[in-house]
Amino acid sequence: MATTAGTTRRDFLYIATGAAGAVGVAAAIWPLIHQMNPDASVLALASTDVDLTPIAEGQIITVKWRGKPVFISHRSKKEIDEARAVPLNQLPDPQPDQARVKEGKDQWLVLVGVCTHLGCVPLGHQGDFDGWFCPCHGSHYDTSGRIRRGPAPLNLLVPPYEFVSDTSIRIG
Amino acid sequence: MHGHGTYIPENKALAWFERRLPVLGLLKSSFVDYPTPRNLNYWWTFGGILTVVLMVQIVTGIVLVMHYTPTSADAFDSVEHIMRNVNYGWLLRYIHANGASMFFLAVYVHIFRGLYYGSYKEPREVLWILGVILFLLMMATAFMGYVLPWGQMSFWAATVITNLFSALPFVGEPIVTWLWGGYSVDEPTLKRFFSLHYLLPFVLFGVVLLHIWALHVVGQNNPAGIDVKSNKDTVAFTPYATIKDSFAMIVFFILFAWLVFYVPNYLGHSDNYIPANPLQTPPHIVPEWYFLPFYAILRAIPSKLGGVIAMFGSIVVLVFVPWLDTSKVRSARYRPLYKQFFWILLVVCIGLGYLGAKPAEGIYVIAARILTAYYFLHFLVILPLLGFIEKPKPLPSSIAESVLKGKESDPMPAKG
Repeated sequence: MATTAGTTRRDFLYIATGAAGAVGVAAAIWPLIHQMNPDASVLALASTDVDLTPIAEGQIITVKWRGKPVFISHRSKKEIDEARAVPLNQLPDPQPDQARVKEGKDQWLVLVGVCTHLGCVPLGHQGDFDGWFCPCHGSHYDTSGRIRRGPAPLNLLVPPYEFVSDTSIRIG
Repeated sequence: MHGHGTYIPENKALAWFERRLPVLGLLKSSFVDYPTPRNLNYWWTFGGILTVVLMVQIVTGIVLVMHYTPTSADAFDSVEHIMRNVNYGWLLRYIHANGASMFFLAVYVHIFRGLYYGSYKEPREVLWILGVILFLLMMATAFMGYVLPWGQMSFWAATVITNLFSALPFVGEPIVTWLWGGYSVDEPTLKRFFSLHYLLPFVLFGVVLLHIWALHVVGQNNPAGIDVKSNKDTVAFTPYATIKDSFAMIVFFILFAWLVFYVPNYLGHSDNYIPANPLQTPPHIVPEWYFLPFYAILRAIPSKLGGVIAMFGSIVVLVFVPWLDTSKVRSARYRPLYKQFFWILLVVCIGLGYLGAKPAEGIYVIAARILTAYYFLHFLVILPLLGFIEKPKPLPSSIAESVLKGKESDPMPAKG
């Protein structure tokens, strides 16, 4: 140990004891904090299968995934064209419609039905952009689920999903 | 709470006990002999009222827990079970639910009384900050209690309020998931809110004791806002303050009883009698009346993070009021300009409450922005400047003089 004036063996012991104590306290607190994170049973419910055949064109259905509503919209040609006609620089959260759907499945739009403002469930086929309207604080989303006006900062989230066949998807 | 007194009870058994734990002397010096300014008006009775309302909430809450089930499947039904089957369950629940409203009514009077008479000024800064902490604890407790019936309003209030934290950059989403214990508000959320709703009132009670302790160290402020100088300025807590507090409590409880027995659901929302549905948000969600001004501030700012910061900022700014107010004069009675701004602030806060209940569109949003701006202007600009601009009226030389001006002699014997 360095023996500069003023640094003693006792100083070292004080600091070492304090450091060991701090690590011990942190280790003891962590289980108390981490127990509040999603438990194994919640994590086990992570995926949902949906059959798309009963959904008519122009219809939006809501399914539950991880306790949240997920919108599945069977879009008409008009709705797709509307979504693609908008210049990206007019969007608060610019994202092309093509990036929000699977290639070749342009009519199927899958969204987490939770407003990105404060978590309310937006209403379908409403608002000034023919998409969704959140009744809580007035956010308007378009036919691609992108935020167009109102306090929400981001587009409606597209959940991870894949087509397991031509007519069914697995969310999660 | 003035340390060890010299009190010796006459009863021998009590005297024996007092020598070993001087709790009677502490109570006597704090709540019997304690000198209170002789000019206290009825606005000073709300501290006592708040203490009693807290005790009412704790007692009714403890018995409600004996019948309540904190699960997402059974919570709503168990509250209806309390209302319909449990003996006097309707009464206990209505007292508890309306008690929250009465608690906030009293605390708002108490806060504005402090603002009017400058009760936050030197040497009462710590007392005031403890009060702000109590206010925050009350808000957290009330919010979590509102979630427990698991109706539509409960569920969506929980969703919106916990989502406030998602506005934080980077850590927002993990914090919200951690608060929920899942990917949405669900049973884990209900259970932890129940646990904390039971815990926080006792924390509140502990901080109330600190608040009273701090009060008894620095002494009460008074309507004249000047320090106690002699025994002539004070009267003993008992009987003077005790009787005055008791009378005010009775009047306050008449209002409380009217709410409980005649219009028990007047302050609630009918949507909360619909069981929680995670797939559908009610068309108009509004918080309870006591949160409306803060809700209006949240919605007034056209940015998510900005709204959240403004809302929390509107409470945090209160912590700094003792230093933002640069005037040496405490009471608004002797501050002709501050007095006017005080009333404007009160009207602005009520206006924000009104706007918080309105839909967030058109003229309501513009009005909410103006009032929000004024709210912060009051604390951050007007309050500091007034101390330099304002010419206060002359202060009375003593509390006794302020009470007795124009009278020949002192009709009240000096006590304490």
